[in-house]
Amino acid sequence: MLKKTGLLFVLVAILVVALSGIGIAAAQDVSELTIWWAQWDPANYLQQIGNDYEAATGIKVTVVQTPWGDFYTRVGTEWAAKGTSYDLIVGDSQWVGQGVTQGHYVELTDFMNENDITGSVTPATLQYYGEYPFGSGKYYAYPTEGDANGFAYRKDLFENPDEMAAFEAKYGYALAVPETWAQLRDIAEFFTRPDSGLYGVNVYTQKDYDAITMGFENVFFSYGCNWMDETNNVLGVVNADACVQALDLYKELYNFAPPGNTNSFFQEMNDSFTNGQAAMIMNYFAFFPALNSDVNPYKDSTGYFVMPKGPDGQQFAALGGQGMSLNSYIDDTRKAAALDFLKWFAQEDVQKTWAEYGGYTCNINVLGSEEFLTQTPYNAAFAQTMTFVKDFWNIPEFGQLLAPTQSALSGFVVAGQGTAQEALDTLAEEQDAILVETGVIQ
Amino acid sequence: MSQANPPMQQAASSNARRGQRQMSDRRIMLWFILPTIILLILMNIFPLIYSLYLSFTNYSVIADKAPEWIGVQNYQAILSDSKFWLSFATTGRYALLTVILQTVIGFGLALLLRNKFKGSGLVTTLILIPMMLSPIVVATFWKMIYNPSYGIFNVLLGYTNISTAPEWLGEPDRVLWAIIIVDVWMWSPFVMLLCLAGLSAIPEYLYEAAAIDRASSWFQFRRITLPQVMPLLLIAVLFRTIEAFKQFDLVYGLTGGGPGDLTETVSIRLYRLAFSGQYDTGTSSALAYIILVVIIAISNLYIRSLNKARGG
Repeated sequence: MLKKTGLLFVLVAILVVALSGIGIAAAQDVSELTIWWAQWDPANYLQQIGNDYEAATGIKVTVVQTPWGDFYTRVGTEWAAKGTSYDLIVGDSQWVGQGVTQGHYVELTDFMNENDITGSVTPATLQYYGEYPFGSGKYYAYPTEGDANGFAYRKDLFENPDEMAAFEAKYGYALAVPETWAQLRDIAEFFTRPDSGLYGVNVYTQKDYDAITMGFENVFFSYGCNWMDETNNVLGVVNADACVQALDLYKELYNFAPPGNTNSFFQEMNDSFTNGQAAMIMNYFAFFPALNSDVNPYKDSTGYFVMPKGPDGQQFAALGGQGMSLNSYIDDTRKAAALDFLKWFAQEDVQKTWAEYGGYTCNINVLGSEEFLTQTPYNAAFAQTMTFVKDFWNIPEFGQLLAPTQSALSGFVVAGQGTAQEALDTLAEEQDAILVETGVIQ
Repeated sequence: MSQANPPMQQAASSNARRGQRQMSDRRIMLWFILPTIILLILMNIFPLIYSLYLSFTNYSVIADKAPEWIGVQNYQAILSDSKFWLSFATTGRYALLTVILQTVIGFGLALLLRNKFKGSGLVTTLILIPMMLSPIVVATFWKMIYNPSYGIFNVLLGYTNISTAPEWLGEPDRVLWAIIIVDVWMWSPFVMLLCLAGLSAIPEYLYEAAAIDRASSWFQFRRITLPQVMPLLLIAVLFRTIEAFKQFDLVYGLTGGGPGDLTETVSIRLYRLAFSGQYDTGTSSALAYIILVVIIAISNLYIRSLNKARGG
């Protein structure tokens, strides 16, 4: 009996000590912060920023990186568990709807307004990375890594006098960086020479997640199309005549791509460029640093340009990039510490350093500075692109809408199933059914 | 008498205390089994029952909302969705073709390797290598092999002009076959391995007796080899059918389920429903149960055949 009582006493004592330990830990100041992001170079740059923060404040910042392919799945799992393993998350723009409506993100409106952060970043990035719902003036993320699609091209081919003469003779205008999608199509056709292993252009086709939709959107938006109108209607919107023309053009571009690109994304784009197969490639600006390294044998003759205009002069680029949001499940002490970091990170001089490390800042002043524009061969195109970016749905139903979109686009563009009109008609019907079922369309 | 009682009582009470301390065999058995049972309940039984409940609800695991009971609506939605049937048809075609080809090739290889020859051990080991590789690794390098620009597959088939060479992972008529070829390459050795085990267990005297009776090779194969190997062959076929029905990683690595929905197997559809932006936990649980029922039904058919084969 005495032994049992003793054992019980020891157990209770251990429990009390453990619980009080937790209490003590919670009451102490936060000495470290964890930021969660996907595994890529910008996350390494953010770790450098975190090291600077530690040097300045003594608070250690760790950037945890998860491979892109698993990132969303793991984030979803963590959300489901209401996890506290991270304090801040650099999440995709389309997650904002889920993050807000399902309670995973903390509202940052007052914090951003009080610290004059809202006015320090470009309006488009603030809207697409941070605002939910659109036009509400409520913000849930600080635009951290601005990104969008652009093009890289082979200047050695474009500026070759023989090529220039041959192109002008064939198409009746000078060979130069394309200003319209029609010109880009002509140039792609001109440089497509299978016998010599050269192809005009490479575009996204990957079906796994959102790549082919993102690639197609560049043409789609510039042709004056939208995924839904003001009343969330998709019928006659997604499958309008202009959208069909846009899809036909994207299919044509795919036909000028190197063979084997049936499920391609950023890696395959860069690969086809560096191995000399493609004269032009579409890619996110975040992946262009690889082309500015010795991996690219055409490094010195690689140029970059912004998305061309549509037939009516509209110009849009599909938005990539991410905003930094605060995990709603951490305690108030950690929230306050995380907000301190955000406030520090949003300062102009820190954003300048962020850009110097290689991060794509969304800060207006830094983006417009001569120093930034001349820092890399692609920064000027990036800064210009960030003024006309556009994104797809960021509503909680985005995943349901994305699945049929990927299937329809991949089926028509890659497998050649049906016509562009049929593909978009089917897509519009499927999206309409989803929006009605989920109550987005009343 | 009364003086003798106290020592006896002491001994009795001491035995009783020792008995309390010494556990019975049954109790020891229980203590050994208990951790496994608890683990099984926590890791298998509870999720199984809970997911069955979720399949009758409208629920997303990442939404901060309790599951809402909707009866059989998820099952109705799945079974009335033409894309679901398309996935099932794709999976069925894939499973049927891969299992048939693997059985024929695997059994054929086993017959060839049955008789020992110089270097047969090395050849057997080399043949077994594909099944030891990770499916994602296999998918990655087969993507390169199929690439019309630099892959070796088209060259081996005699296509030397890139512009006319087939796009194995992009053409509707070829893409499923492209995946089947990889699966057969990877898993025929597994069938071969089981068949080899069956073949080596056949007593030699059966063939000697047949030879004395002047039975033809075909007769020996039909009446001795095949019936003797059949139980192990059926086990191989059962495993491969279940695996083919669950196929995910190889297809996902090679095509991502595309182009369009041409290679979207039920497992990939389930993954998209459960994760990949949708997180439709209710519907995906229902789909998982439908797949489970189909696999159990197919397995039962095989097990019956297996029992028949064993019973002669």
